Amino acid sequence: MNYTLTAGLGVLLAILIDCLALRTMLLRRKAFWVAYAIVLFFQLIVNGLLTGLEIVRYDPDRILGLRLVYAPVEDIAFGFAMVLITLSLWVRLGAAGERRGRR
Amino acid sequence: MRHATYLLILLACVIGTLPLEFVLHTRVYARWPRLLATLVPVAVLFGAWDLWAIRTDTWWYDPGYLLGVTLPGRLPLEELLFFLVIPTCAILTLEAVRARKPHWTIS
Repeated sequence: MNYTLTAGLGVLLAILIDCLALRTMLLRRKAFWVAYAIVLFFQLIVNGLLTGLEIVRYDPDRILGLRLVYAPVEDIAFGFAMVLITLSLWVRLGAAGERRGRR
Repeated sequence: MRHATYLLILLACVIGTLPLEFVLHTRVYARWPRLLATLVPVAVLFGAWDLWAIRTDTWWYDPGYLLGVTLPGRLPLEELLFFLVIPTCAILTLEAVRARKPHWTIS
């Protein structure tokens, strides 16, 4: 298993969590996509620094080799999975809290 | 100072998003039990992914940019902080969008 494959699996897991496990359906919400677009913009800057300065380096044999602002494209998938799972959990926990009369 | 580079990048993320809590009243830090309950599973899952990548030499870190505090599995402290800071920034962003566009309902 290389980074490319695990990144794909990460995105798949995130989609399953949002659509099936937690049923938050954020992928259908405008608020999610606008928030994700903002996060992605800043991810390119922060990740660009981490990879451009070579704070983190990658084995070229375990990535596709396609890069965006210094970072391997796999990082975009990693970031998307992390953001979607985070926001799905946050929204689900919020809905659960409201049902119990709390916010 | 160079050893604090990664930490300072994370600090910039925290400081850069902090106004959202106060200006747009996102109430993300204010709802800290819910924030913690979200962050812990995310940090465990993505921390495990990071440990796998370190163990398989998929990626590695330049110790010159790190404080030098290493957790089990050769995980730099900064990486654990990354999995707390970046998800918090994402939540603040979502709540900021919701604050500005209350009619964009979710759940």
